[in-house]
Amino acid sequence: MTDPAALLPLPPATFHILLSLADEDRHGYAIIQDVALRTGGELKLSPATLYRSIQRMLEQGLILEPRDRPSPEDDDERRRYYRITPFGKSVARAETRRLTQLVKFARESGFAAGKA
Amino acid sequence: MMKLYRALLRLYPASFRAEYGDELCAAHRDRLRDSSVPLLTSIAALFETLWAALAVHLDILKQDLRYAARTLARSPGFALTAIVVAALGIGATTAAFTMIDYVLVRPLPFADQDRIVKLFEDHSFIGVRDFDVSPGTFRDWQQNAKSFESMGAYRSLSVNLIGIGDPKRIIGSGLTAGIFPILGVKPVVGRYFAPEDDRETSQGTAVLSYDLWQNDFAGDPAVLGKKIILDNDAYTVIGVMPATFYFPTRDARIWTAMRFRADAFEDRTDTYIFGVAKLKRGVAIETAAAEMRAIASQIERAHPKEMARVGATVMPIRDDMPNQSRVMLRVLAAASLCVLLVACTNLANLLLARALARRKELTVRAAMGAGRERLVRQMLTESLLLAITGGAIGVLLASLSLPLLVRLVPVYLPIADVPPVDLRVLAFAAIVTIATGVGFGVLPALRVSSDSDTLRERGGTGGRKERLRSALVIAEVAGSVVLLVSCGLLVRALWRIQSVDPGFRSENVLTLRTSLPIPKYEPNPRREQFIERVLSETRQLPGVTGAAYISGLPMVQGGGIWAVEVEGHPQPLSERKTASLRFVTPGYFQTMQIPLVRGRDVADSDRLDSLFTAVVSESFVRRYWPDQDPLGRRFDFGNATRTIVGVVRDVRVRGLERIAEPQVYLPYKQQKNVGFFYAPKDLVIRATVDPASLTPALRRIIRETDAEQPVSDVHLLTDIVSLQTATRRVQLAALGSFAAIAFLLAAIGIHGVLSFAVSNRTQEIGVRMALGAGRGNILSLILRDGVILAALGIAAGVALAFGAATAMRALLAGVEPADPATFASAIALCFTMTLFGSLLPALRAVRVDPVTAIRSE
Repeated sequence: MTDPAALLPLPPATFHILLSLADEDRHGYAIIQDVALRTGGELKLSPATLYRSIQRMLEQGLILEPRDRPSPEDDDERRRYYRITPFGKSVARAETRRLTQLVKFARESGFAAGKA
Repeated sequence: MMKLYRALLRLYPASFRAEYGDELCAAHRDRLRDSSVPLLTSIAALFETLWAALAVHLDILKQDLRYAARTLARSPGFALTAIVVAALGIGATTAAFTMIDYVLVRPLPFADQDRIVKLFEDHSFIGVRDFDVSPGTFRDWQQNAKSFESMGAYRSLSVNLIGIGDPKRIIGSGLTAGIFPILGVKPVVGRYFAPEDDRETSQGTAVLSYDLWQNDFAGDPAVLGKKIILDNDAYTVIGVMPATFYFPTRDARIWTAMRFRADAFEDRTDTYIFGVAKLKRGVAIETAAAEMRAIASQIERAHPKEMARVGATVMPIRDDMPNQSRVMLRVLAAASLCVLLVACTNLANLLLARALARRKELTVRAAMGAGRERLVRQMLTESLLLAITGGAIGVLLASLSLPLLVRLVPVYLPIADVPPVDLRVLAFAAIVTIATGVGFGVLPALRVSSDSDTLRERGGTGGRKERLRSALVIAEVAGSVVLLVSCGLLVRALWRIQSVDPGFRSENVLTLRTSLPIPKYEPNPRREQFIERVLSETRQLPGVTGAAYISGLPMVQGGGIWAVEVEGHPQPLSERKTASLRFVTPGYFQTMQIPLVRGRDVADSDRLDSLFTAVVSESFVRRYWPDQDPLGRRFDFGNATRTIVGVVRDVRVRGLERIAEPQVYLPYKQQKNVGFFYAPKDLVIRATVDPASLTPALRRIIRETDAEQPVSDVHLLTDIVSLQTATRRVQLAALGSFAAIAFLLAAIGIHGVLSFAVSNRTQEIGVRMALGAGRGNILSLILRDGVILAALGIAAGVALAFGAATAMRALLAGVEPADPATFASAIALCFTMTLFGSLLPALRAVRVDPVTAIRSE
């Protein structure tokens, strides 16, 4: 599982979860809220979908459960926090490249933003 | 609300729930808190959870399948053995189920078949409950019974179809107009009989089977209205039945209207029809039976002489089947279950051994946090994967074996010969497969996972597993003993029947039938002319040493009996004993090589205007004149007083398995008021050349004698005799293959258990050898284990086998269920199998090198 490309394309939920974990560790419900905020309410992950994704992402090594907890003022004792791994970061980057490439192809085909 | 959500989480796999249950609850609680419409959120959560739980299960399944496929690929020998074993078990069970479902369970292809019954005269006083009915009695039933919506009658028919290609003999049935509506099957072309077609004065009408229509009329719809000749009478084709319609038997290909003659209702002893009726809605069959019994006793009062003790039988149409077929199918089912059980046991053993061999891997996985549930689940996936692969092959095996098994389906059932492998069968196979997979998977899985807890502390193998594996082997041995004994008893029964002397010599004899139609051949002289010409020309064929005609060949025609009254001993008709009646031409006994014990053969000079003579069998003499000279004795038989001129050996007229009535042979020219049924129709030819090579010449002779006369039933007499045991041989083949499978599986099982025990005891053996134990001691140590297992299995098996044998007594042709020779051979075979199964492991134990064995500690 060393080649990030093997996991592409990422399911949208997985990609969004990675994006949400890019800057800080979050617990489950915080991820749901962050994704909803980021997409302007377009994508509302359900807890069921979220944890199924989380389980798979843990197995794939995209994220991990850190031993060290966040700073005390942010820490919610009952919650489990998730952190993106270096592998997770490179997969997210690879996915971004893939999508950029896709958009480039779309432009070349005349589907430029505001033009089509 | 949260409680409900928590309950919903049970849909997830336990491992997932343990890991994320609390998290899910917390997130759900937060969501409810933030939600403006909590109820809607809850409903959404319900569907989300259902979906996600399914997805998680699938994730795990995919993972486990991948893992299982990988591990199985690493031990292909094990995988292959397990799949073959599962395939055999599931295949056998599926095949047996298909047959039983088809023959015994599935509704017949008639509308409202639950309400359709068959009606017979009940002659229980001679042990026959399904006796033919006379038209007079049938008419009384029809007029008086109130339990039925309608009632019809049918008779069997065998007619010469002339004018369509070569003349040919076809089987069919004469029906009253009521039959088709009762069965509720509509013709595909045209119509079926209306009441107007079924009057004495009506023109003949015929309905064709689909098969006959396709093959002989090219499926031409213009067949309606076509005139055909059946036995010299003209019939108009009025309809064609669908391809799936069979009545009353599978081989019926044409139906004609019954058209009872007015005088048909007079003679109550002229029984040749059968009743079919449809119960009124809500009327129980017992009610109908009681009413019919009451009507039967009225009839008995009205005809005290002919109808004495004759009752009426009402039988669901599904049940009209010989008891032997029923018993055989049950035996087949039991045998297949036995095989399945042995297969499952063996698989459980295989998996257990494998799981024990893998216990290090499992311990590691458990140590890394895999829960018991995950381990069990993983192992179950593996066993299910094996079972499903085996099951698919099993279904294939089953459908391949059906052409053999269908020969267990009697021809006289109104169903097609090959059962379709349909959804029911596939569903059954699926259930058996899953049950097998879970059955042989769950035991080892639980065993091992509970071990994995203890293994961490102990690190050895306990005696409990040994005991479990031994119990499984004992069950296998017991199962194979049961099958071996059942099979052995059937072999004994077959031998017993094959060794029965039929009373004639069947080698080098060809037989064929020329059923002469009436009224064309009603006058005796015309018949005699035909027979004489055919016989004299046949006898001139090179290589022919004898040729003769008879009314009906033994074993082919069992019936045809007549009541005997010995001169000077008048008896009421119902108390007279019967004898088999045959008209023969001179030379019949010589051709069949039936020894003439006393007196002479019938002769050409025995004519209507001379003394009425008879040749009788020895049993006939024993019955009436024991220890006296029978020649010259007189008795009333076949509507005349006959004088005995000769005595011959007895013949098995009703087949090798049944005692026949004593036989009386009458000269073919002395046939008077006996009924056309008894007219000679079967030609027998003995030859010094290959008798089959005579067929073209014989056909030519018959064609030249009467161009419209069909030849049918061309057989070697040896084939007719061996047909007697054909069903049994099929039964034996079916049961034998089951027994062989079980036997093989049990051998594999014993070998597996002992091999495993030997590898576990290597150190112990090493120590023993180091302390001076000889190879003989070690050998007997291991063999003793095998023998104990076998002895226990055999003991259990013998008891079960006796029960099984008693249940199948009907199939044993008089062989005792406790037949000592059979039991002894089965026991000996099982011990031999044990020895062979134990030999390899024992030899391995002997070759243990004490130094290496002890050092490995």
